[in-house]
Amino acid sequence: MKLLTHNLLSSHVRGVGPRGFPLRLQATEVRINPVEFNPEFVARMIPKVEWAALLEAADTVRTLPHARARPEWGGGRGRSHRRPGSLARVGMPRGDLGLCPQLHLVEVPKEPIEGYEHDEKFLRKMHHVLLEVDVLEGTLQCPESGRLFPISRGIPNMLLSDEETET
Amino acid sequence: ASAMDSNHQSNYKLNKTEKKFLRKQIKARHTLLRHEGIETVSYATQSLVVANGGLGNGVSRNQLLPVLETCGPVDALLMPPNKPYSFVSYKTAEESKKAYVTLNGKEIVDDLGQKIILYFNFVEKAQWKELGLQALPPGLMVVEEIISSEDEKMLLEGINWTEDTGNQNVQKSLKHRRVKHFGYEFHYENNNVDRGKPLPGGLPDICDGILEKWLKKGYIKHKPDQLTVNQYEPGHGIPAHIDTHSAFEDEIVSLSLGSEVVMDFKHPDGITVPVMLPRRSLLVMTGESRYLWTHGITPRKFDTVQASTGHKSGIITSDVGDLTLSKRGIRTSFTFRKVRQTPCNCSYPLVCDSQMKATPPSFPESEREASQLEQEYVHRVYEEIAGHFSSTRHTPWPHVVEFLKALPRGSLVADVGCGNGKYLGINKELYMIGCDRSPSLVDICRERHFQAFICDALAVPIRGGACDACVSVAVIHHFATAERRVAALQELVRLLRPGGKALVYVWAMEQEYNKKKSKYLRENRMSQGKEEEVSSDTPGPELLVEQVPDTGHKEPACRMPSISDFQEGGRNSREVTNSKLPVHTNRTSFHSQDVLVPWHLKGNPGKDKPAEPFGPGGSHDPSAVFHRFYHVFREGELEAACQTLSDVRVLRSYYDQGNWCVILEKV
Repeated sequence: MKLLTHNLLSSHVRGVGPRGFPLRLQATEVRINPVEFNPEFVARMIPKVEWAALLEAADTVRTLPHARARPEWGGGRGRSHRRPGSLARVGMPRGDLGLCPQLHLVEVPKEPIEGYEHDEKFLRKMHHVLLEVDVLEGTLQCPESGRLFPISRGIPNMLLSDEETET
Repeated sequence: ASAMDSNHQSNYKLNKTEKKFLRKQIKARHTLLRHEGIETVSYATQSLVVANGGLGNGVSRNQLLPVLETCGPVDALLMPPNKPYSFVSYKTAEESKKAYVTLNGKEIVDDLGQKIILYFNFVEKAQWKELGLQALPPGLMVVEEIISSEDEKMLLEGINWTEDTGNQNVQKSLKHRRVKHFGYEFHYENNNVDRGKPLPGGLPDICDGILEKWLKKGYIKHKPDQLTVNQYEPGHGIPAHIDTHSAFEDEIVSLSLGSEVVMDFKHPDGITVPVMLPRRSLLVMTGESRYLWTHGITPRKFDTVQASTGHKSGIITSDVGDLTLSKRGIRTSFTFRKVRQTPCNCSYPLVCDSQMKATPPSFPESEREASQLEQEYVHRVYEEIAGHFSSTRHTPWPHVVEFLKALPRGSLVADVGCGNGKYLGINKELYMIGCDRSPSLVDICRERHFQAFICDALAVPIRGGACDACVSVAVIHHFATAERRVAALQELVRLLRPGGKALVYVWAMEQEYNKKKSKYLRENRMSQGKEEEVSSDTPGPELLVEQVPDTGHKEPACRMPSISDFQEGGRNSREVTNSKLPVHTNRTSFHSQDVLVPWHLKGNPGKDKPAEPFGPGGSHDPSAVFHRFYHVFREGELEAACQTLSDVRVLRSYYDQGNWCVILEKV
């Protein structure tokens, strides 16, 4: 789960409404996933971001003592030997052993700076925070009801029981 | 900055390529430590870890060994299953040093013709923690060389695969194997046989002598009266299953001809035992192995097998010093079973359809019942068929693609009910997030590096107004009541910002519109009189509607008390009260709006878990049939439902290949 995705998620427990945002992030495993930098794309994302929520989430990831960075297999800059359609190998690390990046999260500015559309340094920073930080394991907690949602292998499980959704 | 590095750096200056290899080798070292906990050392030892030289990335023992032996005799080569590395030990440190220096960066070609580059690092000791010795599932036996090559030849030649389907011995060409039945036809629709309808001719005469011999020798105790012949090409397989208890007696035997294969046996607790079935061997399943364990063949072209024992039967152990890959050939299995005449009374009631109470679902009279119907006839089915479903869902529908491509760059888009994520990567200028009710489908999205999470379309955990656009393709028709369909649409609208757009596709009752048949119906034309073959041969990829092109059967599946369904313009979709929920016949017109649509699972590894009993039919066998609930929409019904929503207007509504579609705009 990228932090931009986290920024869009909100608790949907019955009766919580807008108070379900933002979901409190607890990350226990984080990966840095290099993504090609597209300054225009990042600039378009900035106004859509709930800034306070992003600050909080980025802070949690950065300061959590037990969060650890994990390298991606077969990724990095090497050639990919992925074999599409090979069922037996789905999800299996393969090909070149990838680079092992460190978790070096930059601090998120308190708010978008003036004229950020043309500030490459700022956009690169935001690119990294929004799109390259990938939370693999952890939890999301509803700020209103306290309900915990697990994140496992990068996938938040936001399923509620019938009781939690009934109106 | 190790002794080794400086050692050969002093010998000669590194060129650019060598520097690159050195860099990669260091990276490999880090990754092995971080990811696999394998510690490499910077001084020369007798042992090396060979990154990228593993069974897990398609390198077999007989490819790697000769490469390693160019540096000296190999003392041990440990190849752990499914890992992209292996360990090699040489007799002396001199030889391993030679391998380290000369083989680092060595390019080899794997079994499928892909180039693989090997990276070497020293380890203190070549070791791998061995798993405890496994035992064969109780009641399982493999008898080697049960028949002569002459008999094998005779049996293989005795099966005529070219006969017409009109022939007495029912034959099917399933997607992942060919099947032929003798004695009784095995019906994949209910995974059972029709006891009252034995096939004329019984078992082939050539089997008689062989069966008599097995009886005499005590390999089998009862004479079988049903034979299923399966033919698997390399890459074919059969999903994990338990043969339906009520259909067959305890003893099930299967003869492997033409080629060996590794069959996986799984206990419900999660233990998997891979068993080698050599060519010309007989697999005998009785007791626990027949009733409780599932068995299946993973569709792949190579099996991980033991190098030393070669083609001998038994468990593929985790002795990593002894594993390699074996290329599959064409395997034909003769499975003999005895049709059961009385209900099964085995000691495994949890997986026994005879002992299980069939609880036919009733049509929802409350939210809870609707949710339960969806749970059973939508969510669980998708979860079971996820792998196969996804493998038939490659081609995005053109008008959905058009919608996504026309969105402004930098739009935030949610795909609610994203399935295998086939739309999530359509337009790289969008930020798309997907969600689905099926964890297995979401996992496929994750594998494809898409942003996806698990949730229900009635409660989507996205902050209101966050999305510039939403898509809901073939989702709303799975909700069991009109109220829930409207609620799902309203939830979609909630996600949109004012001015945001949503595209909704639902399956249409009208599969023929403006005198034109939908693609879904048209695919059926060639099937006239050849139902069976088409039912299994036509894959779904290029179909527009989310259906599998299989022929269903018209038997009613379950009771359905009446409810007042969505009514529009005086049209009532359900006129008969207390009627049974009909099972739709694939590739035909709809006769009812609320239907169960069959999905025929084909020899694909749907999910890697023990087969679960399905509905009243019991455990599922080879090509299980699942039923998904659908409410197909009549013309105008989708718009009418949208009219009841707040804060939205219908921008456009249209018919697209058997689907009703709307584009909504939040106001």
